[in-house]
Amino acid sequence: MRARERERVGSSTLDPTRETTARSSAADGTHGVERQPGQMNATRLDEDFTSSVHVYEPHRNGLPRLRPYFKALWQRRPFAIEMSRASIRADNVNTFFGQIWLVLNPLLLACVYFLLLMIIRGRNNSFDENVVRFVHLCACLFVFHIFFAGCLRQGASSVVGGGKLLLNMSFPRLLLPLAEVRTAFFKFLPTLALFFVILLGFGRPLHWEAIMAPAFLLMLGLFGAGMAMIFATMQVYFRDIGNFLTYMIRMWLYLSPILWYPEMASDGLERIGIPPQVLHVNPLYSMLGGWSDLLVRGQIPAAEWWIAGTVWSIVAFVAGAVFFMSREREFAVRL
Amino acid sequence: MTTNSTSTADPAVSVENVSVSYRTTFEKVPTFRSAVRRLGRGQRVVHLVEALREVSFEVNHGTSIGIIGANGAGKSTLMRAIAGILPPSEGRIEVHGRVSTLLALGVGFNRKLSGRENVVLGGLAAGMTREELNERYEEIADFAELGEFIDMPMQTYSSGMSARLAFSVAVHLNPDILLIDEALSTGDAKFKQKAARKMREVAENAGTMFLVSHAMRSVKRLCNEALWLHKGQLMMQGDPTEVIAAYTKFLEVGEDAFSLEDM
Repeated sequence: MRARERERVGSSTLDPTRETTARSSAADGTHGVERQPGQMNATRLDEDFTSSVHVYEPHRNGLPRLRPYFKALWQRRPFAIEMSRASIRADNVNTFFGQIWLVLNPLLLACVYFLLLMIIRGRNNSFDENVVRFVHLCACLFVFHIFFAGCLRQGASSVVGGGKLLLNMSFPRLLLPLAEVRTAFFKFLPTLALFFVILLGFGRPLHWEAIMAPAFLLMLGLFGAGMAMIFATMQVYFRDIGNFLTYMIRMWLYLSPILWYPEMASDGLERIGIPPQVLHVNPLYSMLGGWSDLLVRGQIPAAEWWIAGTVWSIVAFVAGAVFFMSREREFAVRL
Repeated sequence: MTTNSTSTADPAVSVENVSVSYRTTFEKVPTFRSAVRRLGRGQRVVHLVEALREVSFEVNHGTSIGIIGANGAGKSTLMRAIAGILPPSEGRIEVHGRVSTLLALGVGFNRKLSGRENVVLGGLAAGMTREELNERYEEIADFAELGEFIDMPMQTYSSGMSARLAFSVAVHLNPDILLIDEALSTGDAKFKQKAARKMREVAENAGTMFLVSHAMRSVKRLCNEALWLHKGQLMMQGDPTEVIAAYTKFLEVGEDAFSLEDM
């Protein structure tokens, strides 16, 4: 029984080696038999999360012990899934228009930006060029605006919005921003379907290279998750970060290859003698560029794009997680 | 109440030299704007709060323990530390058994969601499985006596209703250790009685209960041990009648004139 007892640890620490081994030698079989029927109410199901021994000790270097933390995180994933589902339900009440807006909203947005593009530099373009431009715009705008910006916006408010639950229960708080990443992804899925309708509707071919596109989506997801964790933490300390975030997202949109093609920027830089690799300072340059190149043009991006995207996404994810966990203990007293 | 046969050599909760301190601001809503303004003036508003200092005690299985003390004595911090919500900054807490908490009122997690959905969320956050939740859901809903409100958004609930739901979820998680912070202060008289009955039931089922309360009467009635905290330090642990008497005397004569030897 003792051996099967698993630790359930929230933002806490546990030293299984020292504690449970010491005790399991002391507590022999009889003790376990005694315990099972009555006190623990132990059904099989219970044991999966009943942890009987928790040890809480100070966090070392501000971080909880990682192994039990991530184990608990993994065990509680039904909670994150349920929370994400519930927030999708709450956001758009199950009405016809509620669902429709999920798709209509990005479509109208794409039209607005396309109009803007036509006014600024649409002259002298052939119909075909404009179609490609619109399809590229849709590919990038949907994934940026719904998925990535969704991670940021909803992720930022996830901890502050968690209020009572955070004060009442001990669970790995990382579940909150991660649930919002899931929410953003599921809101993005219908727009992905919309994108393919647009792509095929305008008679553009479906390239086989598109099967590689999910790699860039994954990078974007990891990067978005990292950003969500960072902003979720910051919002606990600065509640007005949301106001600032709106403008940051808008600027990031203009600075990323959404309204323009990636090569427009690199050609421009090369002409004035700056190596185009500088563009990878913006993580979204490679992620969105690669996504669109694979989906719209069927071009496989150069190796440096893959490398830049992967490195950025992993760095952001790890840094975000560490930052979040190091502050997690304080959330209960700062909310 | 005597400890029952299932209790072991291990105490349910053992707290060794625990200190809890944290840094916080006393701003109502911390904003970036106010942070920048303070920076301009060179002010700092981050305070180090030492909520608990070197507290040590043990609580055996089957004990219902009342925690008393003035406001700011560290009662809630102690509960949070035992629940693992606010891990100690020094010392060590060992908890043997499944903990269910009722610290801040209301499961109210997402006020747009129905009571039912909030119960599910709360249960999953506490680590229950879906199957278990489905099994116990009816019990939880029945106990809370919300009727058809259970399927309405939580924002339509009165504060008493959400407190009832929260209490119902907490006691139905089948905890070994139940932590309750001032939970009886809301809800109507009828529900208070029902809640007190349920708490006694939990206590009698060999559960261990921590009850933070300012109502000395409920501590006397529900607890077989009491613990008195003052300014983060443990003043006394023992029989509720004695501890309450000491505490009451302390309140009357004031801090300076009081020493425990007077008892």
